[in-house]
Amino acid sequence: MNREDFPILSNNLVYLDNGATTLKPKVVIDKITEYYSSYSANAHRGDYDISLKVDNEYEKTRDLVKKFINASSRKEIIFTSGTTESINMIAFGFFKDYLEENEEIIITKSEHASNVIPWFKIAKDNKLIIKYIDLDDNYEVTIDNLKKIITPKTRVISLAGITNVLGDLRPLKDIIKTAHENNILVVVDGAQYVPHTKVDVRALDIDFLAFSAHKMCGPTGVGILYGKENLLEKLAPHNYGGGMNESFDNLNEVYLKPLPTRLEAGTPNIAGVIGFGATIEYLNSIGLSNIRKYEHELGKYLFDNLSKIRHITIVNKKPSSIIAFNIDGIFSQDVAVYLNKYGICVRAGNHCAKILKDEVGVKNTVRVSLYFYNTKEEIDKIIDLLKDKNKILNEML
Amino acid sequence: MKCCDTMDSETKREIIMEHYTNPLNRDTIDDPKYIKINSNSETCIDNLDIYVLFNNNIIEDIHFNGEACAISTSAASIMTRLLKNKTIKEVKELINEYKDMIETGKEYDRLEEALVYSDIYKQQNRKGCAIIPWLGIEKAIAEYEKAK
Repeated sequence: MNREDFPILSNNLVYLDNGATTLKPKVVIDKITEYYSSYSANAHRGDYDISLKVDNEYEKTRDLVKKFINASSRKEIIFTSGTTESINMIAFGFFKDYLEENEEIIITKSEHASNVIPWFKIAKDNKLIIKYIDLDDNYEVTIDNLKKIITPKTRVISLAGITNVLGDLRPLKDIIKTAHENNILVVVDGAQYVPHTKVDVRALDIDFLAFSAHKMCGPTGVGILYGKENLLEKLAPHNYGGGMNESFDNLNEVYLKPLPTRLEAGTPNIAGVIGFGATIEYLNSIGLSNIRKYEHELGKYLFDNLSKIRHITIVNKKPSSIIAFNIDGIFSQDVAVYLNKYGICVRAGNHCAKILKDEVGVKNTVRVSLYFYNTKEEIDKIIDLLKDKNKILNEML
Repeated sequence: MKCCDTMDSETKREIIMEHYTNPLNRDTIDDPKYIKINSNSETCIDNLDIYVLFNNNIIEDIHFNGEACAISTSAASIMTRLLKNKTIKEVKELINEYKDMIETGKEYDRLEEALVYSDIYKQQNRKGCAIIPWLGIEKAIAEYEKAK
């Protein structure tokens, strides 16, 4: 779908590493170039025309994001540098104060590092307990397994909406319902989730959501922290400085601005945020449900064809738009280097999910992650290159 | 074993694949006399443990284990054979020559079988793989000398 929108695809690149980052459509590139070439002023200085234009464009993105995830208020949309910063702000700005000794944080073994290590850190500092939901035979989270580990001490569950190694969609509606019945807050790592399916924070009743622009055709260095307003009000800023204060005279007289600017100190990534606005308009024009449907078909096509190759072991138990596999007897990195010789980009490694090996039994895999601009022809190409093991062995060095 | 000066790329490939499929000295050593070093890199996923036995400034034995690609695994295998029974002084010289070959492609006869990597400098994404086991030896020597 929509391949012609992406300048980088004009030279036959086969890009199958969309879990890492995504390609950028011309409308987004143009929007960023336009900012730098015709109104590159700072934000929040509205005394002259080009700065007013910056404010308007910058805040327009906030409205677009609000609508995109169906938040209740613009105050609930905070611009950050990406998912990692958003989750760190949630963990350190909110939960470090909220959680008391021996209280429990629930995650899983298939989380990305940025949804593991911040929790490890506050757990160590505050003497908290980390618990893992057992994954079922498909490496998925079930409500039953979640219920088994909830105790009166459980205060927060933090999960990816869609995981970054196997691409499974978590049953968030039921998870959040169960959590809230037990007075537990839910943080959703949306890095792989928001780009690929329609997200409605109010329908799901999500407490905190973090995601990145660059994984959904937007610029790098921009992310979103969504939080319910009453929770964000209690989130302590990690950056103090310009833009976030109302006034200051001395140590005891520093007054902070209201949400959302209180949490956005310093000059933000203006070009990125404005570019992200164009990204959302672009994705809306395609439609998230169309993207989901198309990727689902493509993922099934990839899974079915990889399954037919005898020397390939797929980690996933069922189709997904993210597939992790290995060629028997060949290290994943050698496979990635081999495919690179044919202009195909895939990822080899542990994909920042270093504790998933406990569950799936393999540490390193080749990962193919799809987006809507990928095609069956590209999948045919990779299948063709992978089905001849001798060819791989001959050409991988 | 001494390699000829001009190895063609097919010979190089065969030697690398032989060491990858049947690596020498690939096992885990559980002996406190050996210095154990983990060698990995930020840019690739190779992760090797290197076990080195020193005696009187000579490397008496080297083993390795871990998960790594064809280049890294074969380079470790070749290295364990090449450096065994050499003095620390000789090994340090060989490390420098090896690193120079990986960066520039310059061939040093003393590197013998390790000359199979003399074309690696052309592949930016593989240089790190070839160097990882040798960085492990470098660290092991530093530990040995510090402990003396």
